[in-house]
Amino acid sequence: MINVLRAIYTIWLRELLRWWRDHSRIIGAFGFPIIFLFIFGSGLSPAMGGLTAGLGMGGNKIDFVKFIFPGVIGMNVLMASIMSGVSIVWDREFGVLKEMLVAPVSRPSVAIGKTLGGATVATLQGLLILVFAPLINVHLSFIEVIQLIPLMFLGALSLTAMGVAIAARMHSMEGFQMIMQFVTFPMIFMSGALFPLRNLPGWMNFLVKINPVTYAIDPLRQVIMKGEGVPAFLMAKLAELGLTVEVLGHPMTIWNDVLVVSVFGLVMVVLSVSMFNIRD
Amino acid sequence: MEQPIIVVDNLVRRYGDFTAVNRISFSVGKGEIFGFLGPNGAGKTTTISVLCTLLKPSEGKAIVAGHDVLSDSKAVRQSIGLVFQESTLDEQLTAEENLRFHAALYHLPLGLTKKRMDEVLEMVDLADRRRDLVKAFSGGMRRRLEIARGLLHHPRILFLDEPTLGLDPQTRRHIWTYLLNLQEQEGVTIFLTTHYMDEAEFASRIAIIDHGRIVALDTPEGLKSMVGGDVITVHTQDDETARRFAQEQFGARLLPGSSEGGFALEVEDGASFIPQFVRGVPPVVKTISLRRPTLDDVFLKLTGRQIRDGELDAKDQFRQSLKNRKRRRPH
Repeated sequence: MINVLRAIYTIWLRELLRWWRDHSRIIGAFGFPIIFLFIFGSGLSPAMGGLTAGLGMGGNKIDFVKFIFPGVIGMNVLMASIMSGVSIVWDREFGVLKEMLVAPVSRPSVAIGKTLGGATVATLQGLLILVFAPLINVHLSFIEVIQLIPLMFLGALSLTAMGVAIAARMHSMEGFQMIMQFVTFPMIFMSGALFPLRNLPGWMNFLVKINPVTYAIDPLRQVIMKGEGVPAFLMAKLAELGLTVEVLGHPMTIWNDVLVVSVFGLVMVVLSVSMFNIRD
Repeated sequence: MEQPIIVVDNLVRRYGDFTAVNRISFSVGKGEIFGFLGPNGAGKTTTISVLCTLLKPSEGKAIVAGHDVLSDSKAVRQSIGLVFQESTLDEQLTAEENLRFHAALYHLPLGLTKKRMDEVLEMVDLADRRRDLVKAFSGGMRRRLEIARGLLHHPRILFLDEPTLGLDPQTRRHIWTYLLNLQEQEGVTIFLTTHYMDEAEFASRIAIIDHGRIVALDTPEGLKSMVGGDVITVHTQDDETARRFAQEQFGARLLPGSSEGGFALEVEDGASFIPQFVRGVPPVVKTISLRRPTLDDVFLKLTGRQIRDGELDAKDQFRQSLKNRKRRRPH
């Protein structure tokens, strides 16, 4: 047992060391958020106006930039997660995976170490975005940061596991780009990360609601909204405005979201481990 | 041969319809250096992959260090060290970190890890580079580090798949000094594939595999005696006539795959053949030479192909260029 934990730990540590050494990845983590917050966000903000108008709490309290802030955090976490998971293909190409697979450790421990490492890195990538909060007038308390971390980690874990599951049987790096285009981007854009979920066409509403990323970003948004002074009794109203998620008329609470992401995450972990466990 | 440490019995490995390894059987003795030769695509790497439990056998049995590769793969992995054709080091980590990673995966006790790391780094002359990132290492240093890593957990068998491919002669000699020392002092069994015939000479026994079957298995000397007499290489103004003359008059056997200009013959007694041949043959002889048969000749005779010196095929080249690009990328 201790051997298994040590193997998982060392694979986890490797992911972290690699991330820490790769300055381009750390700096690159700021690229998308800057574009979305300061260009996309600032550009659309005047047209969108105050998103909470009519709630009787001062209409301009939540502007568009503040609204997409948790979405951008989520986007960063999820892109990093999927990339980390899929980096198994990279490990395979450069032989490091072989070193792990011929070692006397079980394949599930390799998959789990990889998933935990990727999820940790993705959470760190998400935390980096919090430095932008003061620039867009989002007030983050210490408590909120502490609340955000496990929520980010949970989303990261399930998406990294999904990445591992996708990459487990993939033998070429050409698939990399395809995954970005056909998996990562659609999942992020159809999650309400970057626009309110109001008056959407039926098909899109459906896709948004079955997208697990929707439920990974929603709790981040709820935490930040609360921090911005949206009182608890108005949280349900936010769902009506499409600022938070409702399913079949039921506004999702943070715990509802956590449950959805956990179930999805569990399925993905089981799937990734079993996909990875197939020996030729 | 002492008691065998690897026993392969009627091993078959198929990929779909293609049979890469077709009913091979052999055994390797404890402490032996066992050479495994064959042209590209003959089934060498597939056999190694089965022995180190990366691939499942389709049929047959393989026992490595007393454990079945199929039912007891973990125990097999614990008792073997591997150095693959392509690098399996993590370039973003230091030499030391790569070793520590390996130590954790092979359950080396923490207290022992430091001592073993010092030992193996010392052995391959990399002790002073232990804190450097592997991406700054040359090809030879990487190989040495991989050999060191393969030995970290004191394996009973070391599998070396083309351990010196693409290295310069000096580095190759260096690595072989380590390997021979190791085999002598620690009694480690070495299972080796190589393209270099001079390296194959270090083996106590050699198996030659072609089209998935073992076509010969003997000591280097035994294999060479399969070619029989001496090898004569002749180049004349009219090779066609000269070849027919040698075959008809002297009963010389033609060796396959003659090099450009001239042809190679196998004769019983080369020293007396040369003067008689030169005197009798109608065309003018440009050059003629005699040598003892080498493993190359054996290989050529058995497989009809020259063993190629590590040519990269298209996929490998692509892979190599990607790696270089990645290495060059600033960090």
